[in-house]
Amino acid sequence: MDIFLQQIVNGLVLGSIYALVALGYTMVYGILGLINFAHGDICMVGALTALTVASVLSAMGVPAPLALIAAVLAAILVCVVLGVSIERVAYRPLRRAPRLAPLITAIGVSILLQYSAALVWGKQYLSMPEMVKPTDISFGGAHLTDLQAFIFFLACAVMAGLLWFIKSSRMGRAMRATEQNPEVAGLMGVDVNRVIAFTFLLGSAIGAVAGVMVVLYYGIGHYFMGFMLGLKAFTAAVLGGIGNVAGAVLGGLLLGVIESLAAGYIGDLTGGVLGSNYRDVFAFLVLILVLVLRPSGIMGQASSDRA
Amino acid sequence: MTGTWQRLLDDRRAAWGLYAVLAVILLVLPFAADAFLGRAWVRIIDVALLFVLLGLGLNIVVGYAGLLDLGYIAFFAVGAYSYTLLASPQFGLHWSFLVLLPLGAFVAAVFGVLLGAPTLRLRGDYLAIVTLGFGEIIRICLINLNRPVNITNGPQGITLIDPLSIGGFALNKTYTLAGVTFAPVHSYYFVFLACAAVAIFISLRLEDSRIGRAWIAIREDELAAGATGINTRNVKLLAFAMGASFGGVAGGLFASFQGFISPESFSLLDSIMVLCMVVLGGMGNVGGVVLGAVLLTALPEALRYAAPLQKEWLGEVYVDPSDLRMLLFGLALVLMMLLRPAGLWPSRVRRRELVEAAAEAPETTDVAR
Repeated sequence: MDIFLQQIVNGLVLGSIYALVALGYTMVYGILGLINFAHGDICMVGALTALTVASVLSAMGVPAPLALIAAVLAAILVCVVLGVSIERVAYRPLRRAPRLAPLITAIGVSILLQYSAALVWGKQYLSMPEMVKPTDISFGGAHLTDLQAFIFFLACAVMAGLLWFIKSSRMGRAMRATEQNPEVAGLMGVDVNRVIAFTFLLGSAIGAVAGVMVVLYYGIGHYFMGFMLGLKAFTAAVLGGIGNVAGAVLGGLLLGVIESLAAGYIGDLTGGVLGSNYRDVFAFLVLILVLVLRPSGIMGQASSDRA
Repeated sequence: MTGTWQRLLDDRRAAWGLYAVLAVILLVLPFAADAFLGRAWVRIIDVALLFVLLGLGLNIVVGYAGLLDLGYIAFFAVGAYSYTLLASPQFGLHWSFLVLLPLGAFVAAVFGVLLGAPTLRLRGDYLAIVTLGFGEIIRICLINLNRPVNITNGPQGITLIDPLSIGGFALNKTYTLAGVTFAPVHSYYFVFLACAAVAIFISLRLEDSRIGRAWIAIREDELAAGATGINTRNVKLLAFAMGASFGGVAGGLFASFQGFISPESFSLLDSIMVLCMVVLGGMGNVGGVVLGAVLLTALPEALRYAAPLQKEWLGEVYVDPSDLRMLLFGLALVLMMLLRPAGLWPSRVRRRELVEAAAEAPETTDVAR
């Protein structure tokens, strides 16, 4: 029973990180219908920026909380600038192009970001200085640190804030209008280009925070870390119903828990024939199963898009 | 430019002339490349031909039927492994390629239907993520199927795969025929060229066939296609199976050509690369796909020459050559797409659509398409 609870806790923390990244995918998809392949790599740049700033500041003797805040702010700043410029240069000129054209530029941008990061930070694993000493706040037999709890509540808070923002603010209303019909929204006086740029800004900022959480939690960063992170987060967004903010978080948490449980139990269930290295197979099988039963994801609406 | 080409192709005598010139170029190409650029380039041309096969296969699924497939490389893997397991010391089996290549195509087609059947109701990007997951599942299984029974030999891969051979005449040896030396890369070139030619022929014939038009109808509007009496389920499954079988044949050829395969050769990045070839060349157009495949295979190799230039111009090597290569490759993808959004050589239908769309609504920001 303890192991079960522990796997659920681990899964929820992993899932929270997926959820934060998935929010960026789902927002961009909702408004542009574009898989922003570069989003995972934006998170990677945020993570490595935070890592560098934190290392430099702690080496200079700045107290840890201050250094951490500076690192987060630096990561957000870099990612926002990056995200908005990518939209301007690589996606905006292609808005009226065939659907798959921006997908290819997104892949190009993703490759560019990865290898630019390899130039800046090198290809080795970088370790994050220990900024916060996680304190144990275990309950009911499951090990849990305050950092893990923080990541989970952060994901929930960001989702709640985003839902409120989209529902209540002026910009949120403009985003919903653009999502429904960009042309008519434009006729009603919505500056569509600004709304889309803002969507990228918001998604990149959340992605930066997600990246920082990854390096805080795992303690290491790498120029290629955005690939797997982005892949899993995109899967989570689709699982929840792409374009749907609450769905992205739900999908993220679900994917995290599935992976975690699969890693813990596959070996026992199959009598040791299959090991925990089949974790991802299990995650994707669940995804396929969910989509077969609900072709638009758990919380998504029916779509009629085609390639 | 394309207009001139079209006029030339419409004129029968000029067309034959063009084809004759093309045939001569293709015949001497490997020897010319060998003499002027080095043997490595003959190998690159061989690989490019394999990618032509893969690109044409994916083009059936994505270009004709409009089903976005991000796990296409799985069929390449299935073909490669089904060839390897029956023609290598792994199980001590050494079947002839005459059996194995059709078998690879068949097994890949079965996998194509396996992927297609549960995903018939999915559309657009939901389909994309499922196919991506399918590709990952195949790859992870290949890595881990060395325990408890060793089938794929895991991440180490399988070596000593049989070359293509017929009656003691194996393609991995060098032969001299009428004063011309045929190294393995040359012999394989002609085999691959023949396969690519067959694939091009099949693709072109399919495009104008009843099935091909059914695929295109489904791409344009699945509901309307169904209403006109097309059995969308069977036709979509057929697209998956046909596309996959091209990949299966390419996989078998790849395994025999390399003599070694490992799961590393079948990652998601390879799927994405094939998709880039199809989209960048011109989706739905056979010529465009061939162009895209050749270009994107040659481009990273050609960019190797950028490394010495760096030293020449800047006096020092600042950027690791392989990183620089990938940087320029990413940049090239973005730039080529920005300059030619419909691909380098778009199909006629698509070109017309774009022109019409531009004429209809010059001022709107149509984000939906």
